[in-house]
Amino acid sequence: MPSLKDLKNRIESVKNTRKITKAMQMVAAAKLRRAQEAAEAGRPYADQMNKVVSSLAAAAGASGVGPKLLAGTGADTTHLLVVMTAERGLCGGFNTYIVKMARQKIEDLQAAGKTIKILTVGKKGREQLKREYGDLMIGHVDLSEVKRVGYVNANAIARDVLSRFDGGEFDVATLFYNRFESVISQVPTELQIIPVAYQEDDSESVVYDFEPGEDEILEQLLPRAVATQVFTALLENGASEQGARMSAMDNATRNAGEMIDKLTIQYNRSRQAAITTELIEIIAGAEAL
Amino acid sequence: MAETMQFDLVSPEKSLGSFQASEVQVPGSEGDMTVLPLHAPVITTLRPGLVVAKSPDGSQEFIVTQGIAEITAESVSIIAEQAFDRSEVTKADMEKVLEEARAHAESVAGEEKLNAEKFVVEMVHFIEMME
Repeated sequence: MPSLKDLKNRIESVKNTRKITKAMQMVAAAKLRRAQEAAEAGRPYADQMNKVVSSLAAAAGASGVGPKLLAGTGADTTHLLVVMTAERGLCGGFNTYIVKMARQKIEDLQAAGKTIKILTVGKKGREQLKREYGDLMIGHVDLSEVKRVGYVNANAIARDVLSRFDGGEFDVATLFYNRFESVISQVPTELQIIPVAYQEDDSESVVYDFEPGEDEILEQLLPRAVATQVFTALLENGASEQGARMSAMDNATRNAGEMIDKLTIQYNRSRQAAITTELIEIIAGAEAL
Repeated sequence: MAETMQFDLVSPEKSLGSFQASEVQVPGSEGDMTVLPLHAPVITTLRPGLVVAKSPDGSQEFIVTQGIAEITAESVSIIAEQAFDRSEVTKADMEKVLEEARAHAESVAGEEKLNAEKFVVEMVHFIEMME
């Protein structure tokens, strides 16, 4: 049986924890709003980019010869997995879900005899994957110093990936991130970025004139399409992280509240028990006289 | 004949303009062009320059650095790497962009360096033209 003083301390400490989780929840809510706005603001660009890439790619794909970025290297032996997670924890299963998905993919690919390379974005994913697959890691992107993820960051990651591709380090690149569905639901998603995936649209295809030329445009456009996909993934991931943190902290706050109630009841009971015992002692003493 | 066409200008971080325009000037990499409704479909790369979109309510000016313009009979979509509203930026802002481009040109090699250096030269030209 803990003493009254112990219980009191315990209650105080849980109350402090509750204050912290409550504050974190509110911070996450504010950040979520901003992250969502950023994700929405980026959408028109991504849509337009997809549209143009699709119409160009369809034309180039029909001719059978396209740049390597579009047609692939012709091989399928080395896979690069870009695993995007958060820089911080305390956001529920957010990081674990992405890592789990990536791990599953790694196992599948390894079973199929492929070579795997891993590039991590965000500290948490690196920590979780390092133990098992440390020897497969070829790089890490640290965004912990970045306050607001911008296109510049995405571009840097895309450039890194593209230069590795040009160097023949891998054949296929896949992104892993959490797609933001709602505050309570984030969906771990894998997205192939190289070779550039595009939708085949059967709608009337307009025949475009190209300036300077089709190849030059594709050459400029495809790296940008990759950067755009990385950027979209980063933004979605950012919004998802805040959403996940918000609901995790909401749960934590509620749990702390319940715990405080329970401890308070226990404290009151013990206090009354102590008073009763004292009274009995006094009465017994008086009767003995 | 169609009087106007849909004009969209988007950068990765936001959409800068989306409205009906009667005339759009585009700084294509092979030369400036003015697009009117019912233009033949063209996709062109961009060089740093001014995009002027004229609509019945007046004209709006934007600065773009690099990107792609997709022109069809009914629309002009500009997908810019970086885009600014002309009224919101000054020469100093553009010089900052130039500095970044210079730093980037220093850091890369090979064919990418050529492209990056070409971009720097075009930026310098454009900044000289700004009043």
